[in-house]
Amino acid sequence: MPDLIRLTDVEKSYRRGKEKIAIFERLTMAIPEGDFVAMMGPSGSGKTTLLNLLGGTDRVDKGEIEFDGKRIDGLNEGQLAGWRARNVGFVFQFYNLMPVLSAAQNVELPLLLTKLSPKKRRENVATALKIVGMSDRAKHKPRELSGGQQQRVAIARAIVSDPKLLLCDEPTGDLDRATADEVLGTLQLLNTELGKTIVMVTHDPAAAKFARRTLHLDKGKFVNASELGR
Amino acid sequence: MNDAALVRKNLFRKPLRTILLVVSIFIAFFIFGVLGSFNYAFYYQDYPTAANRLIVVNKINFTQVLPYAYLNRVRSIEGVVAATPMAWFGGYYQDPRNQIQSFPVEPDSFWEIYKTDFALPPEELDAFMKLRTGMIVGRSFADRFGFKVGDTIPLRSEIYTNKATGQQVWDFQIVGIFDSTVTGNPTNAAYFNYEYFRESQTFGPDFIGWLGVKTLSAEANDQVAKTIDATFANSTAETRTADELAFGRAFLSQLGDIGFIITLVVSAAFAAILMVVGNTMMMAVRERTTEIGVMKTLGFPSGRVVRMVLGESLLLTAIGAGLGLGLAAFLLVGLAPQLRDVVGNISMSPWVTGIGVSIAIVFGIGVGLFPALNAFNLKITDALGRK
Repeated sequence: MPDLIRLTDVEKSYRRGKEKIAIFERLTMAIPEGDFVAMMGPSGSGKTTLLNLLGGTDRVDKGEIEFDGKRIDGLNEGQLAGWRARNVGFVFQFYNLMPVLSAAQNVELPLLLTKLSPKKRRENVATALKIVGMSDRAKHKPRELSGGQQQRVAIARAIVSDPKLLLCDEPTGDLDRATADEVLGTLQLLNTELGKTIVMVTHDPAAAKFARRTLHLDKGKFVNASELGR
Repeated sequence: MNDAALVRKNLFRKPLRTILLVVSIFIAFFIFGVLGSFNYAFYYQDYPTAANRLIVVNKINFTQVLPYAYLNRVRSIEGVVAATPMAWFGGYYQDPRNQIQSFPVEPDSFWEIYKTDFALPPEELDAFMKLRTGMIVGRSFADRFGFKVGDTIPLRSEIYTNKATGQQVWDFQIVGIFDSTVTGNPTNAAYFNYEYFRESQTFGPDFIGWLGVKTLSAEANDQVAKTIDATFANSTAETRTADELAFGRAFLSQLGDIGFIITLVVSAAFAAILMVVGNTMMMAVRERTTEIGVMKTLGFPSGRVVRMVLGESLLLTAIGAGLGLGLAAFLLVGLAPQLRDVVGNISMSPWVTGIGVSIAIVFGIGVGLFPALNAFNLKITDALGRK
C-alpha cells in the first residue's frame, strides 16, 4: 500500500520559560494507507506531539509532512482547518462531546463544515451511528450515556465525514477493560472493513494488540520495545 | 442543526445565568427607552411653531417684565405684521395642585399670530373676541376638570391680586374649548382677555410678560429681531428677541440640562451592565475552552468560531434589549395620556428606537469582543492540554 503519511526530518521543540525542550530531531517515518498503528512510550516521549503534527493541530519547526502525496506543513491555519475537516477524524481520551448537543447532533458537527444538505447530513449521521452501534441513543445527551457509549459516539463523529485518517489519543484510557475492548473492536472494524488508517496513542499493551503494529517512541525517537527506558 | 442552533444551545446551556444576564440588559434598555423618550419629547418633538414668529423677552431673563409701551413701538417696526402682549398669570383651579397654564392675551392680535396652532369653532372664537371676561381653554384641561362652554370658573393667581375683590381670584366665563392643530400636542393652556386682567390688577398694569411677534416672513426674522433689540438697547429693560424654536430651547435649558442628566444616568447603567455582562461572557466562554479547541480540531475555522461567540452575545443583547425597549414602548403608550400635559406627545419614537438598536448592536459586540478574540487566538494544543 502507498504511504498515506510521510514525515521527513521533522524537528519540533517547545519553550518552557527560557528553556528550549527538543521533542524531535530529524524524525523520519511513514504510515501506509490502511495501517493501524499503536504508538506507545513513556510520558514525555513525544507521542501526543507526534499525533498533533500528524493531525495538523501543531506545526513542525523544520522538516516536511506529506499526506497522500501532498505537503501539509506549509498550509496556513485556515487551510489546515479545511484539510483536517476533509481528511482527519479525531478521537480523544475524554470523548470531548458537546454537552448541549444530542449524540446525533454531536456526530453532525463535522458535517456543518460541508455543503451537504440537511437530509444528506441526517443520513450520514444515521449511518455513522449505526456503524458504532449507537442508533438507539441518537437523541440522548452525552450526560445520559456511559463512558463507552460516549466514546462510540465520538468515533461516529470522527468517521461521519469519511476521513482517510483516524487519530486516537488514548481512546480507552478512561474506560474499563470490557468497554475498552468493545471500543477497540470498533476501531479494528473500521480499519479492516472500511480501510481507515488509524494512529492510536496508548499506554495500554492490551489495547496495542488490536493494532496491526506497534511503534515505540522514547525521547523523540522510535526504538525497539526492548530498548524502552534505556 | 446549523450554526444558529449551536449559538442558541450554547447561550442557554446555563438557563439561570442567561436569564439573569437578560434581566440586567433588559433593565438598562428599559431605562434608556423611558428616559430617552422623555428626552426626545422635551427637545425634539414638533411643538407648534411657525417660521415667521418671534418672542421678545426681557434680556435679563424671561421672568422679568417689559414696559407695556413696547407693544406699540414693536408694532411700528418695519417687517412686523402683528405683535401681542402676553403674561404669566400663574393660575390654579380650586387647589394649588391644579395648576393651569393661563395667559392674558389681546384676543385679536393673539389670534392673528397664533391661529394656525388652534382648532376653535368660529362662534367660540367670536365670543372670545367680544366677551371681556371670556376665556378659551385647552381640551385636556376641559376634560380634566369637566369644564364646558358657558361655565364660569374662578381662577386664583399665585402672583396678582384682583383690585375689585382684594383677593387673588378672577372669574372667567369659558367661551371656547380649543384643540391643537398638531395631533397629540398639549392642550393644557388657557387664554383670557388682557384688558380684563390689566384693568383689575393691583400692580404692574404698565408691564407685560413678553411679546409675541409675527413677521412678514422667516427671512425677515433676523433683521426684525435685531431691530427690536437695537430699539430697546441701553434702556432699563433691554430685550432679547428670538424665533420660537430658539426660545423654546432656551426655556428648557433654564430648567437644567435634562438631556445631559439623562445621558449620564443611561451611560452609568450601560457601563455597569457592560462590565457585568462582559465579565460573565468571558467566564462562560472560558468554561468552554476545551469545546472550542475540539471545534477547531474538527476543522471549524477561527473566524467561524468568533462569529458564533459574537452571535451569542448579540443574541443575548437582542433578547434583553428587545424586552427592555418593548416594555418601555408599551408603558409609554399607557402613560402617554397622563403625561401629555407635562411633556406633550410622548411615545417610543423611531429616533429613540433607532438609537436603542444601535446601542444594542454596539453593546452586543462589546461584551462579546474579548471572549471572541480569546477564542480566535486559542491554540488547539493549549485548549486540549495536549503537548
